[in-house]
Amino acid sequence: MASATASGPVRDTGIGALLRHRAVGKVLLLAVAAAVIVPILNAKWASGAWPDALTVDLTEPLGKTTDWVIDNRDSHPLFTYFFGHISNAIVLSVRGVYLLLLGAGWAGVTVAAGLIAWRVAGIGLAVMASVSFAVCGLLGMWVPTMQTLALMIVAVLASVVVGLLLGLAGGLSDRVFRILRPVLDTMQVLPAYAYLLPFALVFGMGVPAAILATVVYSAPPMARLTALGLRGADSGVMEAVTSLGATGRQRLLSARLPLALKELLLGVNQTIMMALSMAVIASVIGAGGLGDRVYQALSTVDVGQALAAGIPIVLLAVVLDRVTGAAGERMGTQTAEADASPLRGWRGWSLAAAVTLAAALAARFLDRVDWPTGWVVNIAPSVNTAKDWMVDHLYTDVPVVGGTADWAAHFTTWVLNPVRDGLQGLPWWSVLLIVAALAWLIGTWQTALTAVAAMAAIGVLGVWNKSLDTLSQVLAGVAVTLVLGFAIGVLASRSRRFERLLRPVLDVFQTMPQFVYLIPVVALFGIGRAPAVAAAVVYALPAVVRITTQGLSQVDAAAMESSRSLGATSWQQLRKVQLPLARPALLLALNQGVVLVLAVVVIGGLVGGGALGYDVVFGIAQGDLATAWWPVPRSSASA
Amino acid sequence: MRVRTHVMRTRVLSAVTAGGALLALSGCGAADMTKQASPYANAAGAKTVTLSVQSWVGAQADVAVAEYLLKNELGYRVDKVQIDEVPAWDALSQGRVDAIMEDWGHPEQEQRYVKEKKTIVRGGDVGVTGHIGWYVPTYFAKKHPDVTDWKNLNKYADQFRTSESGDKGQLMDGSPSYVTNDKALVKNLGLDYEVVFAGSEAAQITQIEQFAKQRKPFLTYWYKPQWLFEKVPMTEVKLPEYKEGCDADPAKIKCAYPHTPLQKYFNADFAKKGGDAAKFLKNFKWSEEDQNEVSLMIADQKMSPDAAAKKWVEKNEAKWRAWIPE
Repeated sequence: MASATASGPVRDTGIGALLRHRAVGKVLLLAVAAAVIVPILNAKWASGAWPDALTVDLTEPLGKTTDWVIDNRDSHPLFTYFFGHISNAIVLSVRGVYLLLLGAGWAGVTVAAGLIAWRVAGIGLAVMASVSFAVCGLLGMWVPTMQTLALMIVAVLASVVVGLLLGLAGGLSDRVFRILRPVLDTMQVLPAYAYLLPFALVFGMGVPAAILATVVYSAPPMARLTALGLRGADSGVMEAVTSLGATGRQRLLSARLPLALKELLLGVNQTIMMALSMAVIASVIGAGGLGDRVYQALSTVDVGQALAAGIPIVLLAVVLDRVTGAAGERMGTQTAEADASPLRGWRGWSLAAAVTLAAALAARFLDRVDWPTGWVVNIAPSVNTAKDWMVDHLYTDVPVVGGTADWAAHFTTWVLNPVRDGLQGLPWWSVLLIVAALAWLIGTWQTALTAVAAMAAIGVLGVWNKSLDTLSQVLAGVAVTLVLGFAIGVLASRSRRFERLLRPVLDVFQTMPQFVYLIPVVALFGIGRAPAVAAAVVYALPAVVRITTQGLSQVDAAAMESSRSLGATSWQQLRKVQLPLARPALLLALNQGVVLVLAVVVIGGLVGGGALGYDVVFGIAQGDLATAWWPVPRSSASA
Repeated sequence: MRVRTHVMRTRVLSAVTAGGALLALSGCGAADMTKQASPYANAAGAKTVTLSVQSWVGAQADVAVAEYLLKNELGYRVDKVQIDEVPAWDALSQGRVDAIMEDWGHPEQEQRYVKEKKTIVRGGDVGVTGHIGWYVPTYFAKKHPDVTDWKNLNKYADQFRTSESGDKGQLMDGSPSYVTNDKALVKNLGLDYEVVFAGSEAAQITQIEQFAKQRKPFLTYWYKPQWLFEKVPMTEVKLPEYKEGCDADPAKIKCAYPHTPLQKYFNADFAKKGGDAAKFLKNFKWSEEDQNEVSLMIADQKMSPDAAAKKWVEKNEAKWRAWIPE
């Protein structure tokens, strides 16, 4: 998921000698403006927090909308003739895929997974894919895995089609692109949870709502990358094609789309990853499958069982990511040697289909369509024992360093409380000023205006204090993430072996549903804001480490070499050459850190983070549109 | 290049065709979403019942035993969906689930769906009475017997302090989906406490167990029947007595929580046409001890709900025989 945004354009922060000069000008200008406006504002609404007079209560209209939908859902033509058919089509297609998967049986699916991976990505990944599916069966999760897979297949196909169409429009028309971009940006930072409720309200609990929420959540990267790919087409090639007299349609189909193929495949890859994470979260509105198993295990505080359902999710994610990634790379560099293989093209595919069919039939004749119950390994007890041991030994009274509970308490009292109280203690206009100044320094005056407007919207919606509470958690989370992330990233960029060891660990943390590590986090840190921050750090760290490592190791070899020949020590090399040269990557890591920490704010609500995350959880739990949607502007503000 | 473009076009084309075909399949008349079942239902061609599982273990125990008997005595396939309490009513009304096996009282939803829309019908008592209250661990109550009266709570506030509650005592609340008046109670009773929400029941249980391991004092919102009492004995703190109507205005509330006989609810169509399954679920009624026995096996001994139900069913044939329709 992280690389979805990683591939976005890196914003030029523009801090150079010249710009520094301009920055002073900006601040001065802002200060003059503030000197005029602030006394007026302060005289009119003198209060620390956002003045009540300036808030709008949206509870009533939103509540009325909800009631209207519920009352008319089974009679109004909009529902019976439009939404009803969409819902029907989704149920039918998921059912079709699901029955197909069940009909193929475990043998058919496992073999098919291997063969598809072999055709598009090579033999190594083929083995990995087959083994992964077998592990899902071994963990006793075959049927839920198939349910999730069926849901995923339908959702990803729909997302790719929708994303492709939007991307085509954005790639071919400048005006559409300008409208589309802010929309896609906003969609990306909205917490995934916020998508669930409107769909659940209209379509009812269950698979149709889950699929639609997933499509809305995972189509943006496809659209963005398609548009990017189309716009990035080499102008020389386009010129040549035009001069050959190609029509617009021919130009698109024969030059632009093929040239953008790499971006398109990256888009598919990103869409799959986003869809998988959403399919898990959508268990809250009755999507079933693996997410539901994780969610059910939570209520008995059974980490082992949650992990047993979490591992198949990780495996699905890693396999799908690697296979689509490898397919993308292959497309880019298809060589003559591959073309010479006797199994090229349709012959390979028909062989794969034949073998799959044979495996499925064999399983059927041997009466082994369902995963045999004797082949199930129950990992839950040992995982739970391990977790208990860890908690018992780390929770408190560890000599010298103290226990995790003590850290959490200190972190809350010494970091979270002062930051929160500090932010909430600031007069509201000064918060707006700080936001304006920061945004202007980093971007243009438009950025500043957007940021101030978003921040003011928070005040108008009456969630000022809660937002600042959330902000303090986000700031603390980002700080911890960056310190750890940069440190690990530097280490990884220096040692190949460490990086190789790190890679699977990062994969697991990035794809493991956050629900799974909720319990260990609470067991270690107690409830409250500290575990919420810890959960956010766990989630955001992999992306930051990855981007940092990549940025540092891509630093020009010549620059490194010359600095070494000048006798620079390893530390000097890092500080004077690598870090400055990797600056864009480090800034991207910062950006990702903020976005990802924000995304976990909702999960923070589940472990006592309070503030906005709690409101969203509360809203979902109560089926209450008003509460769940309030916090939304908050996230757009910090984007 | 040419070839690949062609492939791409065919793919987009086939996706569009598939979409069109699906719409055609689903027909051109009105499509009533309330008549749509889960795509996973009936996969094996069997009769299926879909039950809503609530997140607390007591409800899981109800569902586990009902599921076991439906499967093994009546030959049904059982699908379970876990949804929060209020959305579960909505799903029940739409027929996405056939039955809620344990409800703690939602007057607003009952008014809307049972009385007005008539899409949900009452399914009778579960046989268990639920009660919400404030609890302290028994090891603490034994040392300080007067803590069990709310009037003395302020005396102990500093012992219940945590880093989250700052300089006040901590009253721990649980999942946002559960019924709670605690914020109003703390305010109206003039208590020197801060309500800290654990955000989910899982988080709350984990924290209670952790406190109990350390033998630390704590004050928490909790409810009965609940398996955790067997692991961490807790004593209720007496709040001002509950009287009919004393909780009418949530902002002015000053009294304890009521004792609620827990209810079953069925989708109206299922109740009419559900055959033996509907009759069986209507007959289903057991005691608090029975439910606790199964809950404890699931939550504490980490048995699978199915195995726990099997164990209970084998021991209590006399009880469940009465539920099976003739």
